[in-house]
Amino acid sequence: MYWPDIVKFITQVLSRQRFRTIVLWVAIAIGVVAVNLLTALGEGAKSYVLSEFNVLGRNTLITLPGKKETKGGMPPLTGESPRPLTLKDAQAVSRLAGVKAVAPLVLGNIEVSYAGKLREVLMMGSSRSFFDIRHLDVGQGRLLPDLPFNKGEAVCVIGNKLSRELFASKPALGEWVRAGDSRFRVIGILKEGGTSFGFDMNDVMIIPVVNAQSLFNKDGLFRMFTEVRSHQELNNIKAKIIALIKERHEGEEDVTVISQDAMLSSVQKILDTLTYAVTGIASISMLVAGILIMNMMIITVSQRTKEIGLLKALGATSATVRLLFLSEAGLIAVVAALSGLLVSHTVLLLANSYFDDIQFHSPWWAQLGSILLAVLLALLFAWLPAQRAASLAPVEALQGKQQKGQA
Amino acid sequence: MIELSHLEKSFQIGDQTVHALDDVSLTIETGEYVAVMGPSGSGKSTLMNILGLLDRANAGQYLLDDINVSDLTEAERTHVRSQKIGFVFQSYHLVSRLTARENIELPMMLSGVPAKQRTLAVDEILEKLSLVDRAHHSPNQLSGGQRQRVAIGRAIVMKPSILLADEPTGNLDSTSGAEVTALLESLNAEGITLVVVTHDQAMGDRARRQLRMLDGRLT
Repeated sequence: MYWPDIVKFITQVLSRQRFRTIVLWVAIAIGVVAVNLLTALGEGAKSYVLSEFNVLGRNTLITLPGKKETKGGMPPLTGESPRPLTLKDAQAVSRLAGVKAVAPLVLGNIEVSYAGKLREVLMMGSSRSFFDIRHLDVGQGRLLPDLPFNKGEAVCVIGNKLSRELFASKPALGEWVRAGDSRFRVIGILKEGGTSFGFDMNDVMIIPVVNAQSLFNKDGLFRMFTEVRSHQELNNIKAKIIALIKERHEGEEDVTVISQDAMLSSVQKILDTLTYAVTGIASISMLVAGILIMNMMIITVSQRTKEIGLLKALGATSATVRLLFLSEAGLIAVVAALSGLLVSHTVLLLANSYFDDIQFHSPWWAQLGSILLAVLLALLFAWLPAQRAASLAPVEALQGKQQKGQA
Repeated sequence: MIELSHLEKSFQIGDQTVHALDDVSLTIETGEYVAVMGPSGSGKSTLMNILGLLDRANAGQYLLDDINVSDLTEAERTHVRSQKIGFVFQSYHLVSRLTARENIELPMMLSGVPAKQRTLAVDEILEKLSLVDRAHHSPNQLSGGQRQRVAIGRAIVMKPSILLADEPTGNLDSTSGAEVTALLESLNAEGITLVVVTHDQAMGDRARRQLRMLDGRLT
């Protein structure tokens, strides 16, 4: 048989059995949509989380006070070590060869006020280099001045949201904001930005690190960012930092140094697993669609026993009959899978125009895979009924008897 | 030309063996008009199925135009069937979703005849069977006689040498029955070998040669 004839023949069958066709169509399309949307969700979450981590850059090392001995786990995030990481340590690290910049960080929550308005904000004490390392920039005014770590100045850079809430539409630059028992002059307002490491950068206040230390009355650093000159030197400098601090801390190795690569690889592993798990769940809906195809096809074979007998009497070989049934399943699977893909893309397009922070994209392997899986499952599950149709003996089939035919 | 020698066919029904064909030998010359008659269960349907290559005998030899079709594979038999044999059934067996034209075209489509050639052949058949104005009707829009004419058209579209008709007038009133009989006979007059299985004595008598079957034997 010529393929245009096959297509015409099976379209006639499909349009005649409209209900069956629609059920199969919808079932397969749902399977494809499920696979595409769920993987897009997984991938979207992954790229979102990874972009959060990416803010750091590949050349940055983070030094945390305290040492966790357990291997493989996340380092302590809030651990207080008996011997704090100090500004002097940071200064010493910044003098290491190959280190481009060091940014100490002191963190705390504090109430700030301006003209009677009170706000609780995240206060960050750091240096000029912090802005470079964390890729932060001001929309108005300027960055913190480039001071030595041990020199303070009563100035601050504030987040966009904080600026709006404290000053409304009034100009904020040059105004004095009270924080605890100190006052800071606003010299810059950060550009609108997302969250970074879970901190809402629109709602922060950044001041020189010594001012923050005296404000919180605390000597130790929360952490220290070190930017190296080249990525090749990263591990080398990591070892140097540990050795240097150990020497400064009377031989005790009490800091943890992590790189973005190390964090990324563990996070990525978790997120990949998530995506695969979600894809697996979605694939089950494809399997259900496949079983539906098999049932529908078996019913069709029973209903069309006479026709199959007739086709054989009129000169259709077993191979032709099998081909007709398989291409029927194949055609509907292809059409349904493609329409499922179209629906997925439409939904993702809508979702992406709705959410700014997270972008959902179904990866190419999920798109291709879902279509191949749909067609493959359809053919696989249609094989048994097709085989049964092909093996019907023409005589019995013509008489409407159902029988597993002769060999 | 059909040459059957010592055909045997038996079925196992429960623990009983039924001899549907018992040592049947028969020669039908090309262009003959043969009626096979006999009570139900006498084996005439089995004989039809074997003649039409729809079924195989357990033993014996079947030569069709000097080809030993007993030795052929199923696919080869299907090919021979589509080229040499046309079937007409009592209950027409038209495909209800296809038009009259498409039904007639079906065997050519299944054998992979190109579309242009099919159109020409089907036009010719529609003309010959005066079905031109019914070409785009579906079977349930046609009368019984018209349906059987469509079925005959489908049977002869591949220009077979043998036409096997199983009770072709069984479901028809006498007027349509006479029309269909006349059509089959005119095809025979043009040279096709016509084998009719029938209960109908009147129809059987019209054939130039009558075969009677009883308990799987030709009498």
